[in-house]
Amino acid sequence: MSIRSTILAQLEQVAKEQSRTLSAPNDSVALTETGLDSLCFAIVVARLEDELGFDPFASAEDTQYPVTLGDFIKFYENAAR
Amino acid sequence: MKTPPAEGGSLWDSLSGTSEQQDRALHGARCEVALHDLVTHSTLESGVELGGGSFLIHTTDPLCAALALVELDGVSQRMVLCPPGVADEHLAAIAATSEVGAVISDGGEVTPGLEHLEHIRIDAQRRTPRRARSDARRTEWILLTSGTSGVPKLVVHTLESLSGAIARGGSLAGPRVWSTYYDIRRYGGLQILLRALIGGGALVMADARESIEEFLVRAARLGVTHVTGTPSHWRRALMFPAARAIDPQYARMSGEIADQAIIDRLRAFYPDATVAHAFASTEAGVAFEVDDGHAGFPDSLIGRNPSGVELKVEDDTLRVRSSRTALRYLGAGVAELRDAEGFVDTGDVLEARDGRYFFVGRRGGIINVGGLKVHPEEVEAVINRHPAVRMSLVKSRRNPITGAVVVAEVVPLVPHEGPGPETERLKAELLEACRTHLAPYKIPASIRVVAALDVLASGKLARAES
Repeated sequence: MSIRSTILAQLEQVAKEQSRTLSAPNDSVALTETGLDSLCFAIVVARLEDELGFDPFASAEDTQYPVTLGDFIKFYENAAR
Repeated sequence: MKTPPAEGGSLWDSLSGTSEQQDRALHGARCEVALHDLVTHSTLESGVELGGGSFLIHTTDPLCAALALVELDGVSQRMVLCPPGVADEHLAAIAATSEVGAVISDGGEVTPGLEHLEHIRIDAQRRTPRRARSDARRTEWILLTSGTSGVPKLVVHTLESLSGAIARGGSLAGPRVWSTYYDIRRYGGLQILLRALIGGGALVMADARESIEEFLVRAARLGVTHVTGTPSHWRRALMFPAARAIDPQYARMSGEIADQAIIDRLRAFYPDATVAHAFASTEAGVAFEVDDGHAGFPDSLIGRNPSGVELKVEDDTLRVRSSRTALRYLGAGVAELRDAEGFVDTGDVLEARDGRYFFVGRRGGIINVGGLKVHPEEVEAVINRHPAVRMSLVKSRRNPITGAVVVAEVVPLVPHEGPGPETERLKAELLEACRTHLAPYKIPASIRVVAALDVLASGKLARAES
């Protein structure tokens, strides 16, 4: 499974668990507009760390934090390289 | 400085005062000592002068430590009871702070870091006729608290404060054989040693050098009737078939929160036993015991109890005032053990619900999820209710968005680790249970199924200090 599809699957899973509606996930949508709150994203980051074995936020102090969903996915893809 | 003897006499006085020690013994893993032997004989090297001195009891065998307590109480000024697992590098500081003049040990070698002190040998097999004893001192008992890091705190008790919850011997219904998973050199285990020595009965002592199965088999052979330990001790013990070999009348938990799941499990496992949980700590002493089958305690215990123990809740934490609390910490620059009114702040956070108080966790153990507080123990209590779960540990994991999230490690009743449909189903069911009973921020972001969890030498689940 690619990083992109792993992330999208987690977003859907967490949205379901937290009884939230995930808005059509496209790359340009801002994370704040996805329908998930900060707790949901906190959970997503924790789950992705379990699944992918890393947390890009932990090792990226200088970089810009992701704003859009596309940024978020790229953030993980870059960290995986 | 000579202080008057304790009102009930010394530990040795209480042994010599009762006539029925014929069948009473302290059963160690390697050997046993009949109590009537201790009345007339010493297990110390002969010719040692103990009067008024201060001693560090540092033995390998817990039985030898128990014998040293009998030798020293009432005679010495102060004795420091060293539990297993104290790092060698802390011993010198402990000895200096407590101003001990000699070490009581059961090994042939000199304790590292204490080379400058005289070493006095104690031997459970030795019997030297006892010289006349005059137990005229109120000896200070120094217990060490089991901190996870740093130098342990030195907590001052006397035999009186330690035995405040114990009815003095004689009127026992049937012979009692006590046993405890605790080491007797820690508060929880020491209570049971004193119950056997003062209250009456025999004691089967656990020993870190034997496995829990060996211990259970030995305890069963000696016919234990009263068994105590932490909830973690019990959760682990119930894993072994040997737990079926013992048939206690009384099974007690203390030292950690006894949640409803472990109370129910113990009651089902030992249907004929009284299952109780007690609140006790090295500093606060024994505060109360509950055996109504429910977690927590009735709110009628708040206030002054007939036992003399006074409880109050302040800033959501339990405070205890009684003659059973410790007197003070030893050493310079340490915090006060009691407040101005004599209450000990236990640091245990309570929540009131339906006429009962429930322990939700330690004040210092709170996980902060985006500004919202979570006690790991309240999440564990929900997870532990699942019938396929043996035990669990909830902890904090740092998180870039909320600062921290709650994560859980779970030991299943029947071992299955790693990925697989069984693991996935358990995780899904646990998440569902958490969603039903807990606020969203308290639900673990991640659940890992593991083979085992670390239990400290103190019998408590190993938690990272936050």
